[in-house]
Amino acid sequence: MSVTTGPVTNWRRPQVQQGWLARLFDSKIFLIIACLTPAMGLLVVFLTYPLGLGIWLAFTDTHIGRGGVFIGFENFESLWYDRVFWGAVFYTVFYTGVATALKFALGLWLALLLNENLPFKSLLRAIILLPWIVPTVLSAIAFWWIFDAQFSIISYVLVDKLGLLDHYIDFLGTPWAARWSLVFANVWRGIPFVAISLLAGLQTISPSLYEAALLDGASSWQRFRRITAPLLMPILAVVLTFSVLFTFTDFQLVYAITRGGPINSTHLMATLAFQRGIPGGQLGEGAAIAVSMIPFLILATLFSYFALARRKWQQGGDDE
Amino acid sequence: MSKADTADEGAALSWQSKQRRVVTVYVPLICFVIILLFPFYWMTITAIKPNAEMFDYKTYSPFWVVSPTLANINKLLFETSYPRWLFNTMLIAVCATVISLVASVLAAYAIQRLRFKGSAYVGLAIYIAYLVPPSILFIPLASMVFKLGLFDSPFALILTYPTFLIPFCTWLLIGYFKSIPYELEECALIDGASRLQILRRITLPLAVPGLISAGIFSFTLSWNEFIYALAFISSSENKTVPVAILTELVQGDVYQWGSLMAGSLLGSLPVAIFYSFFVDYYVSSLTGAVKE
Repeated sequence: MSVTTGPVTNWRRPQVQQGWLARLFDSKIFLIIACLTPAMGLLVVFLTYPLGLGIWLAFTDTHIGRGGVFIGFENFESLWYDRVFWGAVFYTVFYTGVATALKFALGLWLALLLNENLPFKSLLRAIILLPWIVPTVLSAIAFWWIFDAQFSIISYVLVDKLGLLDHYIDFLGTPWAARWSLVFANVWRGIPFVAISLLAGLQTISPSLYEAALLDGASSWQRFRRITAPLLMPILAVVLTFSVLFTFTDFQLVYAITRGGPINSTHLMATLAFQRGIPGGQLGEGAAIAVSMIPFLILATLFSYFALARRKWQQGGDDE
Repeated sequence: MSKADTADEGAALSWQSKQRRVVTVYVPLICFVIILLFPFYWMTITAIKPNAEMFDYKTYSPFWVVSPTLANINKLLFETSYPRWLFNTMLIAVCATVISLVASVLAAYAIQRLRFKGSAYVGLAIYIAYLVPPSILFIPLASMVFKLGLFDSPFALILTYPTFLIPFCTWLLIGYFKSIPYELEECALIDGASRLQILRRITLPLAVPGLISAGIFSFTLSWNEFIYALAFISSSENKTVPVAILTELVQGDVYQWGSLMAGSLLGSLPVAIFYSFFVDYYVSSLTGAVKE
């Protein structure tokens, strides 16, 4: 393009100064490749490749510091007869199921409470998100102390203050108590995320719908059942998928509080994979345990995909 | 605002008297807040308790501290490598955040603005990458890290953290770029600006709120990361705060609860302070990302 000379003589179009570099950056193909390379490169090298490598490792007998050979399904066969592994599968499903259900019930309740007309709304929101912000391991250590066998504050309140029990609870010493304690800690950490996400969903629901229902004489349960629940469903499905995914693959909380004990009763699949793979050195077997989680994750992802597809027709197909 | 007003009118209209509102809204809300905050209170109070009070519930009420002490914090700061761990965590979090931000800004710009054939599929691939959890990647990554000779070096973490940061940031930034009117860029194109100039002068300044929220998310996520840091780092001086507290401070059968709690408190504070400055960005992007 040429310089346009007009009545204003000292005005020049900026592109005259462009060098070869700028012209190179104007080429769309080059630009696309240049823009995508850093992100895609990192993801392919450190995410896609390891994912494939992990599946390969699951079929080998690799140890740390020693390459392995292909052994077919041997790892999976030995896992099939491994009671600790099945215990971990059971506890992972139990932990995910119970914790997710509680997180959603309580999170929805909290979201509904926060959606009321309250003073100090933003302060409240900030406070409520704290458990979600703080590093999980560090709050897990706090729970470890709260669940201490001798000096548990919960036991102290129940036994010495309220007199409801006559002995201190051994929270982390017996299998079922430990299982429930971990679920409790997980729910504590998960509620804020669920509540704040659902609150955002609640705030998109137009108040005029409630007014109309009110004029029609709907009870508060009816308003919840017929207006809030259906309109909240799409966002609920997305949050649910994330919550299930991250609870299922949880590692930090269990590793920090019980490390799988007592007698392997609280191993999740992730902690068992870690224990066998890294300190145990059997990378192949650890990888096999990790790979066993994949089918569950695919199920959860598909669920998310179909929930999102459902959302389009619900809102007239024009929400993207 | 209008929403709050209508809620008020609704309350005046009928069904919710003041007492009932106290029972159905404030009481449960206060219970929630107390339960959600109690562990932090307990952490703080334990961190400043002398040992005599910590293990004697009969003479001292466990909920209060009679003679607060800084001994635990002092011990943590001057008798362990805690400052060193804090520095490591900070360094790794900042580096990983910068790398991920640069990579995701470029990727999000390419996907959302350059609109090429298959950009939707690239976006979908990045979304799926977000759903791949670290728990199934750490074993193969550990063997890669060994082979690359990065084991026990901060680079192992700086290079692997972007795998979960980039998908999230890209996703968030695509949403932000979408909200910037395309006409602005068209105008600039007509005026003869190059693509690079457009990105630098128009799109990026407008996307600053998005960049800030992506940055906060990346920083907190890297600060909180645990499984990679546990698997890839072995020497004490290279550990990050969450791993070091759990592996270095927990020794033997008698747990030093005072210094453990002090460590947890100090490890949580930087993120909490950082978060409190940007809480509104954080909330809006968290909810925005979920709604996307």
